[in-house]
Amino acid sequence: MQSNKSTSLMVKEKFLTVIFGTIIGFINGIFGGGGGMVVVPVLHYLLKKPLKVSHATAILIILPISLASAIVYLINGYFDFSTFLPTGIGVIIGGILGAVLLSKFKNDWLAYLFSGVMLIAGIYAGFF
Amino acid sequence: MSGIIRVLLLGVFGIIGGVLGGMGMGGGTLLIPLLTIFLSVNQKLAQSINLLAFLPMSIIALIIHAKNKKIDLKNSLYMIIPAFLFSILGGYLASVIKSKLLRKFFGYFLIALAFLNVIFTIKSNKKGKKKN
Repeated sequence: MQSNKSTSLMVKEKFLTVIFGTIIGFINGIFGGGGGMVVVPVLHYLLKKPLKVSHATAILIILPISLASAIVYLINGYFDFSTFLPTGIGVIIGGILGAVLLSKFKNDWLAYLFSGVMLIAGIYAGFF
Repeated sequence: MSGIIRVLLLGVFGIIGGVLGGMGMGGGTLLIPLLTIFLSVNQKLAQSINLLAFLPMSIIALIIHAKNKKIDLKNSLYMIIPAFLFSILGGYLASVIKSKLLRKFFGYFLIALAFLNVIFTIKSNKKGKKKN
């Protein structure tokens, strides 16, 4: 399903989209990421975009938001080049791979695996 | 840990986060705990690195998605504008909170995201099956 019906939003949906936008921005700023994961369901369910379109569009939405909070982090002195460089190169390589994979494969198993790892990491970071 | 192993691990963690990020699955939510848990990177530094590392990656990923005609920004300004403003506030708050406390909150956030992600995947699966 890739139909692009020209639907205009109802007031309630507009309001909810603004509320979610507020939450997403706050989360992405304070946690330095993760906003994109909330953007995807909002795009899919509230704005009725197809799933893969939601995943791809989430990246574009989170880009200016991440840039804004990145600048705040930099101003406050949180930067280390020797940690950033290898990580950044890795992220670029992985990012290209991921973008190519998204258009070719069904990624449910990856979503479950990812959730499991997040749960473990979350328990570790939150309680230990 | 020797310098070369650390650099390699940073690269590998970057790739893992990048693959998920490029798929629009939120790679940073994995990259940050990988950095803090396995390499003892400070929570705020890990968050900052994630935000910065995502920028060039997302531009490249966007070009690929645009070529595959997967981008649709209709109605999303309602989300982008408040999100942009509040991300600045969030970034400021992160600099004020103690790293240890921020790490705890980040952990709770990850747990919530894990459940959200499972529910979303199951739901969108059911929907997809009906349509096919």
